[in-house]
Amino acid sequence: MMNPKEIIAKRVAKELKPGNLVNLGIGLPTLVANEIPSDFEIYFQSENGLIGLGPYDENHIDMDLTNAGGQPVTLMPHGMYFDSSLSFSIIRGGHVDVTVLGALEIDSEGSLASWIVPGKMVPGMGGAMDLVTGSKKVIVAMTHTNKGIPKIKKQCSLPLTAYRQVDLIVTELAVIEVKKDGLHLIERHPDISIDEIIKQTEAELIIHNVKLMEV
Amino acid sequence: MNKMIDKKAFINHLKDGMSIMVGGFMTCGTPEILIDWVFESNVKHLTIICNDAGYPNEGVGKLIRSGQVDTLIASHIGLNPEAGEKMGVGLMKVQLVPQGTLVEQIRAYGAGLGGILTPTGTHTIVEDGKKVIRLHDTDYLLEEALGADLALIKAHQTDHLGNLTYSKTARNFNPMMATAAKVVVCQATHLVHEIDPEVVITPHIFVKHVFIGGQTHDES
Repeated sequence: MMNPKEIIAKRVAKELKPGNLVNLGIGLPTLVANEIPSDFEIYFQSENGLIGLGPYDENHIDMDLTNAGGQPVTLMPHGMYFDSSLSFSIIRGGHVDVTVLGALEIDSEGSLASWIVPGKMVPGMGGAMDLVTGSKKVIVAMTHTNKGIPKIKKQCSLPLTAYRQVDLIVTELAVIEVKKDGLHLIERHPDISIDEIIKQTEAELIIHNVKLMEV
Repeated sequence: MNKMIDKKAFINHLKDGMSIMVGGFMTCGTPEILIDWVFESNVKHLTIICNDAGYPNEGVGKLIRSGQVDTLIASHIGLNPEAGEKMGVGLMKVQLVPQGTLVEQIRAYGAGLGGILTPTGTHTIVEDGKKVIRLHDTDYLLEEALGADLALIKAHQTDHLGNLTYSKTARNFNPMMATAAKVVVCQATHLVHEIDPEVVITPHIFVKHVFIGGQTHDES
């Protein structure tokens, strides 16, 4: 089987449309940028204050030009810089078309938890709460389980990042759409049965006309 | 008007227990020289307001390591494990605030507003203890404006009055913090005779003192 992260990144990339303003979270979501066809005009936003985020280039390291993880990046043609207040006006104000982020847990109502494991890990929410609250479409890109423990739950047990904001969940096994009546399994990995997906998912799945993921 | 400041005059502004805003995002756009001077002054019991905790011994991480910070108000501390450790054992209080809320609280203070209404954080633990206001079928949290005794910011160019430009993503929180503290000190990389009025980001009236120093990384 292909690397799970690559499967997820390739599938998420199919959700992006030319002209979209897109924010990719740190980690797995950043891989989505590698899967965009070169003739596609997608504008990547970075919460620290730029639109037109370009790839890391070892020949152009400038520590005044970084991404939301503090790593050096480049600026694409027609890109621009702005301050954090305008950056979050863009984010919270509904001007970002798609935000892609990871999660520790997500539940049947589309609430997600991603910023704190009380007593263990407290990294903070950074810009995630604003991104998930304000973006037109929220895609969670994550591995289906945490070493076998389901991450798609009936109800999140960890403190929430946002309540009922997720639209789509993409894992290496399945694509799940969040609707008012619950989680709809819309695609499965061709090598994985629906029963196997149900086994690895704690939340109820609504199953009807499941297509195969292109992998 | 001479706004230039040296280490000695800078340290005279520092007091135990004061609140200090520090610009920068994961140390990009952080005035490291001014932070070094806060470290050398040995002032204590500080409240630091910064987007993040920097890295161990970089950015505000220097003041966290030295134990000068009682309270950190930030959106993210994940890349400085020392901040998490100090919080875990009760040596430092950390208030985590969504980044868009934090910057807007600062902007609101500088703009003379009492606070802001934001949908971010509703139905999460960020809501605890806060007033929820419902407008047009949407719940908003009332988040109070946030100011400080001192703001330490970093700019790219300054003129002798303190008109400022910034470099790339090193802008981030700096322009808002420049409006929201009783005293604003700027570490600028270049002193220039004049800045095109069309490109000034921070008008000089916000800036009390300027220190010229440091390098941008593309020049180093």
